[in-house]
Amino acid sequence: MKQADFLQMVMPFKDKLYRLAKRLLVSNEEAEDATQEVLLKLWSKKTKIGTYSNVEAFAMTMTKNYCLDKLKSKQASNLKLVHSNYKDENTSLQKEVELKDSVSFVHQIMDELPSQQKIIIQLRDIEQYDFEEIAKVVDMNPTAIRVALSRARKYIRQELIKKHNYGIS
Amino acid sequence: MELANIENLLEKYFEATTTVQEEQTLQLYFSQDNVAPHLQEYQPMFQHFANLRGEQSTRNVPLKPRKNYLKWISVAAVFLLTTGLFFNEWNEQRLASEAFEDFKTTMTMVSKNFNNGASHINHLNQFTETTNKIFITENN
Repeated sequence: MKQADFLQMVMPFKDKLYRLAKRLLVSNEEAEDATQEVLLKLWSKKTKIGTYSNVEAFAMTMTKNYCLDKLKSKQASNLKLVHSNYKDENTSLQKEVELKDSVSFVHQIMDELPSQQKIIIQLRDIEQYDFEEIAKVVDMNPTAIRVALSRARKYIRQELIKKHNYGIS
Repeated sequence: MELANIENLLEKYFEATTTVQEEQTLQLYFSQDNVAPHLQEYQPMFQHFANLRGEQSTRNVPLKPRKNYLKWISVAAVFLLTTGLFFNEWNEQRLASEAFEDFKTTMTMVSKNFNNGASHINHLNQFTETTNKIFITENN
């Protein structure tokens, strides 16, 4: 397999790897490192790539494992929190400010979730994978995934409502 | 999209029994401006998911693993080391045999000249012979 072929195969899901890594590792730099590491590993196994049934799911699993290892290791204690820039919305100014505020609050809530739920939310609500695809990555059965997903979504809702009612953040 | 349907989907959404298509419908509904007031508290959630979907990696992938590089350097180092040692050994042998050859030629030269000199000395025997003849006759 040539380098160009490999890049062509990898490019469609490179950003998905990055987003999953970023969800777990928070820092932009760490996520870029993780993506690079996973792609290099994949490249070094290029002769075997034809035997994988689903390269994307395989790469996602590698990313997940890499990030969880990273979190377990000591280096995780040096992670910085990086704020993302949120897009402008076409709502009125006051509403916009309010919404921005709530949106970054959602981010905070998501950071509080356990890694497993973070991964599932990321794969489902952001990458819109179906349950079979998620099952390949996280190695759980669809029922367990559904329960975890429901729990994570309800947790976000509950925290949002709490904030809505008391105005605390 | 009628409100009742959205409420219904939202209910299912939190039980995680919606399909990907139904979730896309919800996404679409919450991405527009006129969201029903009692559902607005869910908007940030979907908004945030949409934002996160837009994140992109900015770094290019360098497909030159450093691992290979190191491997070749070590191979080259071992090669240099062995050839160096071999060369050293061979050089020493060559120097020794050269010195031996030098010594041999010098020694042959010396012995040749010595023999040459020694053959000239043979002429001195003539004197001994003649003096002997003289002494012998005188004594008689």
